[in-house]
Amino acid sequence: MSADINITVIDREGVPHELVAPTDMNMNLMEVCKSYELPVKGTCGGMAMCASCHCYLESDHELKEASDDEEDMLDQAFFVEDNSRLGCQIFMHPKLEGLTVTLAPESE
Amino acid sequence: METMIETDLLIIGAGPTGLFTVFEAGLLKMKCHLIDSLPQPGGQLAEIYPKKPIYDIPGYPVVMAGELVDNLMEQIAPFNPGFTLGESAATIEKREDGKFIVTTDKGTQHLAPSVAIAGGLGVFTPRKPPIEGLSAYENKGVDYIIKDPEKFRDQRVVISGGGDSALDWTIFLADVAKEVSLVHRRNSFRGHLDSVDKVHALAEAGKVKLITNAEVKDVAGDEGVESVLIKSKEHGELSLECDYWLPLFGLTPTLGPIADWGLEIEKNSIVVDNATDYRTNIEGIYAIGDVNTYPGKLKLILCGFHEATIMVQSAFKRAFPDKKLSFKYTTVMGGVGSLE
Repeated sequence: MSADINITVIDREGVPHELVAPTDMNMNLMEVCKSYELPVKGTCGGMAMCASCHCYLESDHELKEASDDEEDMLDQAFFVEDNSRLGCQIFMHPKLEGLTVTLAPESE
Repeated sequence: METMIETDLLIIGAGPTGLFTVFEAGLLKMKCHLIDSLPQPGGQLAEIYPKKPIYDIPGYPVVMAGELVDNLMEQIAPFNPGFTLGESAATIEKREDGKFIVTTDKGTQHLAPSVAIAGGLGVFTPRKPPIEGLSAYENKGVDYIIKDPEKFRDQRVVISGGGDSALDWTIFLADVAKEVSLVHRRNSFRGHLDSVDKVHALAEAGKVKLITNAEVKDVAGDEGVESVLIKSKEHGELSLECDYWLPLFGLTPTLGPIADWGLEIEKNSIVVDNATDYRTNIEGIYAIGDVNTYPGKLKLILCGFHEATIMVQSAFKRAFPDKKLSFKYTTVMGGVGSLE
């Protein structure tokens, strides 16, 4: 049983990181990034309440539509683009094999 | 000089960990005083997610964050803690006798033999748009917090944001300011439906200019704000003349002045010794709850409660060096009444 997927996270310096993420641990992208010690704060712990895991979806994966909570939080974030998402709301799933995201710039 | 607030244990941060510290210290007959930058106790539970359920408080299958704060306040009420609310701890000074003087940003002074930092994520401060040179316009036309709405009378005001704060001020200032424009990233607004309807009605009546799918990208002006540059998805860039720009993007926590107190900091957290009593590198200053870090640290309310309980035993020895400390179960005490 292979429950891992390969994803790419491009950091704020433009450096791509190839990560292996389990799909059977209910992990989200923010948690995966933190477990690899990438510079994602995840201040609110994954409640879609801080936007410190704001990222851009670069691959053409169809993600679940952003919830109201996520959209509301993005309203308070900066550098928001059409492909903006919160990493904490992207849960690891076999369908996300090859997912590529870029970390959004940090703001105060 | 004004009188100093004296206490046995000064707690910085009135979140769940800080509040429960009062209980555990109270069992040892120590008086506590809490400082918090927010106007109400409860920390992020009260400020960010009062209506969110929490499932990992022992003995509560589920409890709303706000309810947990209310319960903690009830639990510590017998110990009469003091509160300095709406002020943030700014400076700390160690006197020759080993006691600390902590002064807030508003000048209130506190004196205690020990200080417990239970600051959680830090001080909640307004989120500032990442615009180069923006700080030069602060208080010169750019305000993140509105203290005196009268100053906007007959002025041209641009508000940014899509939440309750942005909506409420748009509605309020529509009758005060000469011109109000609301700039928002999307077409739809979060916030109370009632407020959203009101803003749309004001826009239709021509009392508010609603600019959606857009954001403010820059500010211009020699002495103060004279205009903002708005980037709209449909209309491209446009410059809007105004006297004030109010970016209302909510609050975000930062460690704040505590970062400059000489404490050992690692990744925005205060390093403590978890093998002993959650002491920091400065004798007499402890750090408990989400604000601290040590090998294996988990940022959980229940861990904060544990840390507080261990920490007060050590703080007791600093407050009352000559007294013996005996550990008693609350069941043996027959409640906390005897300690009041």
